[in-house]
Amino acid sequence: MSTTAPEAPTALPPIQRRNAELVLIGITIVITMSAMAVSGLNLNGSIPGAMWGYGLIFGALALATHVALRFIAPYADPLILPCALFLNGIGVAMIWRLDAADSGDIEHAGVGMQLIWTAVGMVMCIALLFFLKEPRVLQRYTYISALAALILIALPMVPGLGVSEFGARRWIGIAGRTLQPSEFAKIALVIFLASYLVTKRQVLSLAARQIKIGRFKVMDLPRARDFMPMVVGWVAAIGLLVITKDLGTSLLLFGTFLAMLYVATQRSSWVIIGVSVFLGAAALAFQIFWHFRQRVDIWFYAFDPEVYGRLGGSEQLVKGQIGMAYGGVFGTGMGGGQAHRIFAADSDFILASLGEDLGLTGLMAILLVIFLLVQRGMRIALASRELFVKMLASGLAFVMCFQVFVVLGGLTRIIPLTGMTTPFLAAGGSALMSSWLMIGLLLRMSDNARRPAPQAIQDEGATQVIRR
Amino acid sequence: MNTPIRRLSVFAMLLFGALMLQLTWIQGFQAEAIREDPLNSRQYTERLTEQRGPIVIGDENVAFSTDISEEDEPARFQREYAGGTMYTPVVGSFRSYGASGIEYTENALLDGSDDRLAVRNFRDMITGREPEGARVELTIDPAVQEAGFKGFEQLGMNGAAVAIEPDTGAILGSVSYPSYDANDVVSITDITEAGENYVALENQEDQPLLNRALRERYAPGSTFKIVTAAAAIEHLDAGPDSTQDAPDNLSFNSGPNLPNATPGGTCNGGSPDTLAHSIQISCNTSFANWAIEMGGEALSEQATAFGFNPEEGEEFNVPLNVIPSLAPVESEDSILGRAGIGQSNVESTPLQMAMVAAGVANSGEVMHPYLVDSVRDADRSVVTQTSPEVYSQATSASTASMLKDMMVLVTGPDGSGPNAAIPGVDVAGKTGTAETGGELGTHNWFIGFAPADDPEIAVAVVIEHGGGSGGSLAAPIARQMMEAVVL
Repeated sequence: MSTTAPEAPTALPPIQRRNAELVLIGITIVITMSAMAVSGLNLNGSIPGAMWGYGLIFGALALATHVALRFIAPYADPLILPCALFLNGIGVAMIWRLDAADSGDIEHAGVGMQLIWTAVGMVMCIALLFFLKEPRVLQRYTYISALAALILIALPMVPGLGVSEFGARRWIGIAGRTLQPSEFAKIALVIFLASYLVTKRQVLSLAARQIKIGRFKVMDLPRARDFMPMVVGWVAAIGLLVITKDLGTSLLLFGTFLAMLYVATQRSSWVIIGVSVFLGAAALAFQIFWHFRQRVDIWFYAFDPEVYGRLGGSEQLVKGQIGMAYGGVFGTGMGGGQAHRIFAADSDFILASLGEDLGLTGLMAILLVIFLLVQRGMRIALASRELFVKMLASGLAFVMCFQVFVVLGGLTRIIPLTGMTTPFLAAGGSALMSSWLMIGLLLRMSDNARRPAPQAIQDEGATQVIRR
Repeated sequence: MNTPIRRLSVFAMLLFGALMLQLTWIQGFQAEAIREDPLNSRQYTERLTEQRGPIVIGDENVAFSTDISEEDEPARFQREYAGGTMYTPVVGSFRSYGASGIEYTENALLDGSDDRLAVRNFRDMITGREPEGARVELTIDPAVQEAGFKGFEQLGMNGAAVAIEPDTGAILGSVSYPSYDANDVVSITDITEAGENYVALENQEDQPLLNRALRERYAPGSTFKIVTAAAAIEHLDAGPDSTQDAPDNLSFNSGPNLPNATPGGTCNGGSPDTLAHSIQISCNTSFANWAIEMGGEALSEQATAFGFNPEEGEEFNVPLNVIPSLAPVESEDSILGRAGIGQSNVESTPLQMAMVAAGVANSGEVMHPYLVDSVRDADRSVVTQTSPEVYSQATSASTASMLKDMMVLVTGPDGSGPNAAIPGVDVAGKTGTAETGGELGTHNWFIGFAPADDPEIAVAVVIEHGGGSGGSLAAPIARQMMEAVVL
C-alpha cells in the first residue's frame, strides 16, 4: 500500500540544517542549567553544585543524540530534537527543584532516576532510528500492534499485577517499581489505527445517505455494516473507563481513534457519531458510578468548601490552582514557589508547578514549544508520500497534543481533572520512554520525507526523470 | 489525505488556544481572587515568614508580629496581641489554619499583597528593603471599649455593646462578652496546643468565638419603639402629644392578648396615652396600636430605612460581615402589634440598634458604620483613609428632633432608664426588655446617645438573657461608655 498521494507541493526541501539544530540544543542546555541555577539561588542563595553534574550529564546525552542523528537520520527535521530536549530539560530541572525544596537538602536532591530514564529514552529513540529505516514495515504488524495495545491496556487490570492508586488503576508493579503500560499502548494503538484505517478508508468513507436540513447538507451517514470498528473502539474505550476508572486514558485513546478515523475518511460524521456516543456513555457512567459524580463535582464546584473537604475531593486541584494564582503573570521564579507542597507536584501536576514558578509567561512558552512539536509532526504528515506514514505522523502528533490538553484542561477546569502525565515534563520512566519513542518515529519519518529521492542515472536517452 | 490533516492541525491549534485563554484567565485575571479564597491556607501558613503589619487602636499596636527566630535563621514571625481579651472580637486572630476579625478581612493589606500596595512593594524590591505589610488603624476608642467590656465583666453576664460616632458612622466601641485571648490560639511554636485551644473555644457553651455585636440577632424589644415612633411621625403625622389607645390588656381578633409590662401594668390608667409618655415609660399597648394603625408595610419600610432587611449581597461589611437584622412585613394584627414593640419576628444585631440611635442623633441621617479609619504603609504614609458615607435619610430632621426630645424623657427621673443619666449632660435613651420565650430570661437592652443636643456618641447595649430590665442591667453599661466620651 504505497499509494502516492497526489499533493506533491507539500514536500519539504531536502535541507539538513543540523548545525541550526546544534545551536538550538546548546540553548536548551543553557536553559536547563540556568533553571537549576535560579532554583538554587532562590532556595538557599547559592548556585548549586548539582547544576554542573546534572547539566553536564544532560548536555552530554543531548549532544550524543544529536551526533547520532547526523549519521543515521541526517535529513530529520531540525526542530524536533531541540523541542523535545527543551521540555525534557525543563522537566529535569523542575523535578530536581521540587525535590530539593521538599527534602530541604539541595545538594542531594534526587533527579537521578529521571536522568537515567532520559538516557534510556534517548537510546531507545536512536535504536529505533537505526533499526527502522522504513516506517512502512510497521504496517505489516497491523493486528500484532492491536494485540499489543490491548494487552498493554489490560495489564493493570490483571489481579496481582495491576496497582490501583488514587482512584484509578493505571499502573503495574514490577520488582518494586511501577510502570504505566498505557503510555506505550497509545503508540501501539496509533500504529494499528494507521495501518488498519489506511486499508479500510475507502469502505469507511462510503456514504449511505445524507442528512439534510432544508437544502443544506448536515452530515453523511455511513453504512450500517461499516459501524463495526466504531463499535469496537467505543466498547473498548468505555470498558477501559469503567474497569480502570481511568477517565484520562480512555478519553485520550478514544479521541485519538476519532482523530485518525477522520484523517483516514475525511468524514466529519464519524467524529460527530463518536463524540455523541462517548458523551452518552459518560453521562450514563455519571448516573451509575459515584466515582464519576465525584469527578464532576470537583470540576464544577472545586472551590466549594464541602467538595474541598471530601476524601479525594478537590483539595489537590484547588491547591494547584492556588499555586498557579501565586505564579500570576511572571511567576515566582524557579524555586520561589511552594508547589512542592502539592501532591504529585512533579508528575500529574507538573504543569501547575511550572505555572507557579514560571508564571503565565513561562507556561505559555512551554505550551508553544509543545505546540511547535505537534505542528512539526503534522507537517511531516503533510510532507510524507505514503498514506500509512501520513496517518502515523498525524496520529502521533495528535496524541501528544491531546494528552497535554487532557492534563492542562483538567488543571484549568476546562474538562474534569484526570490523572495523566505530561509528555517529557512529568517524572516517570514510562512516560519519558514512550515520548522518546514517539520522537524517534517522528524523526525517522521526517528524515524519509526530506531525504532527496535517489537520482536516476541521467542517460542521454529520451526519458527524462522528473524529480518530485 | 492532506485536507483532513490540515484540519486536524487547526483543531490542535484550537485546543492549545483554549488552554492559553483559560490559563490567561486563571493566572492573569482570576489570580487575586483565587489567592484570596478562604480555601487558600497558604495566606496564613506561609506569611509567617513575612513581617505582617500591625493593627492599631488609639496609638497602641493591639496586634503585631515579632521575629522569634534564632540568630542566623530565616525570620519567623509570631503574631502577638495586646489589650487583653476585649479587642479580640474586632481584631480577630491570625492562626496557622485560618483567621478571623480584621486579621481576616484586611489580610491582603496586612500581609502586603494588596494591589494598593503594589507601587510601594515594587519600590521595596528595588531598594532591597524587607517588605512589610500595611498598618491598619481602627476607629475604636480604647476608653469606650474598656468601659463597655468592664461593664460586662462586672455584671458577669453575656452580651454585646456597640458605640458609634453619629455624624460619621465610625465605630467607637464593639464589645462582645465573653471573649478570649487571641494569644492562646496563634502560637507558631506550639501549633498543636494552639489548635487544641481553638477547638476547646469552639466547643465552649457560651460561644466566646461568636462576635455578638455583629453576628448575633436578638429581639430588640422596646428599643424598637423608636423605629415605630419614627414611622408614626413620618407616616401618620403624629407628634409627641398625639394619643393612641393604651388599654392595660390589648386583645386581637385572633392570637393571644398583649398585656402591658410597665410596673402596675398600666400606661395612662387605661386611657389613651401620648406618644411622648408612651416612650418615656415604655408603653406596650399604645405602640402595638400605632403599628397596627400604620400597617405592616410602613413599619417594615421605616426599619429598612434604618438598615434592617438589607437585600441579599447588600449586607453591611464594616468590614467585618454583619448578619442582616430583620423586620419583615406583617399583616396579622397580633403579630404586627408585637412587631411594633420589637417582638415577634423582629430581630436585630446590637450594631443595628446602635445605628437606630445614631440615626436619630444625626438628624435622621444614618451613616455607614465602619471600623477601619485608615491604612498606612510601613513609613506611615496614608494608603487609604475612610471617608464617612451616608447610608440613608431614615427620618426627616424634624422627626429626629421630636424623637430626641422624647428619648431625653426616658433618662429623666420619671422615665424607664434613669440609670443612664449623666449629671450635667442631657442623655437620650430607650430601654428594652425582650421576651425570649421558653425558660431563659429576657434580653435587656438600652440604646441612646449623648449629649442630646450635640451627640458625640450613640450606643446600644444588650444583656443576653439577663432576666432583669433594660433600665437596671443595660443602662449602666451604656452610661459608662457614653461617659468615656462626653465627660
